[in-house]
Amino acid sequence: MISVAVQTEAFDVAAEMAKLRAGRTDIGALVTFTGLVRDNKAGPALSEMTLEHYPAMTEKQLRAIADEAWQRWPLLAGTIIHRYGTLKPADEIVLVATASAHRDAAFQSAAFLMDWLKTKAPFWKKERSADGAHWVEPKAADQQAAETWQLTTK
Amino acid sequence: MPGVITIEYFAWVREQIGLATETWVLPEGAPTVDTTLDALMQRGAGYASALAVRDRLRFAINQDYALPSHGLKPSDVLAIFPPVTGG
Repeated sequence: MISVAVQTEAFDVAAEMAKLRAGRTDIGALVTFTGLVRDNKAGPALSEMTLEHYPAMTEKQLRAIADEAWQRWPLLAGTIIHRYGTLKPADEIVLVATASAHRDAAFQSAAFLMDWLKTKAPFWKKERSADGAHWVEPKAADQQAAETWQLTTK
Repeated sequence: MPGVITIEYFAWVREQIGLATETWVLPEGAPTVDTTLDALMQRGAGYASALAVRDRLRFAINQDYALPSHGLKPSDVLAIFPPVTGG
């Protein structure tokens, strides 16, 4: 199954990879995606980003997203970790790791999970700079990417 | 005894309304997310500005995504929030 965690604490990608691989010889492909806090350089420097979330709903939705990936691809293991709270530029926000026998399933399911996280996971980002604080707006491209998975045959 | 729901607000919706959560008495008839928003807007101020443009809002009932036309029943938890920006 795909393990899911929502937490303030930083995660260690290498440690998470080791956990997925431990004692197994059936995994041929392990893909990880790490999302980072980025300073987009257009305007005053980003000083911090705060992620708000809806606790009761995040676990439920992440679990549903993970189950859907498990149904669609022949995965052997996986992990989703999403942080919340106040983060600094270059901090890690999210980890998606997928393991399968062959690389297609690992790559595709990781991309699917990120597209779904971007559009379904109940988190909201607020960026703070010298100019003040503002709520990040969702991107149309993220919504389009998520919708494309609906059209792709399994 | 009238039915009561819990309403939760997030992000700029919470900031504009000034509340994270409140209880709400459901009226007679078949209340929906939409009719509840209309009634909340009657309070004016932050409610009116936060809830006016339905396109800018997303909804969940008992932690599942819901449409504005979705009905509400006693003990439901209605969450009102902007489109998500996680990941």
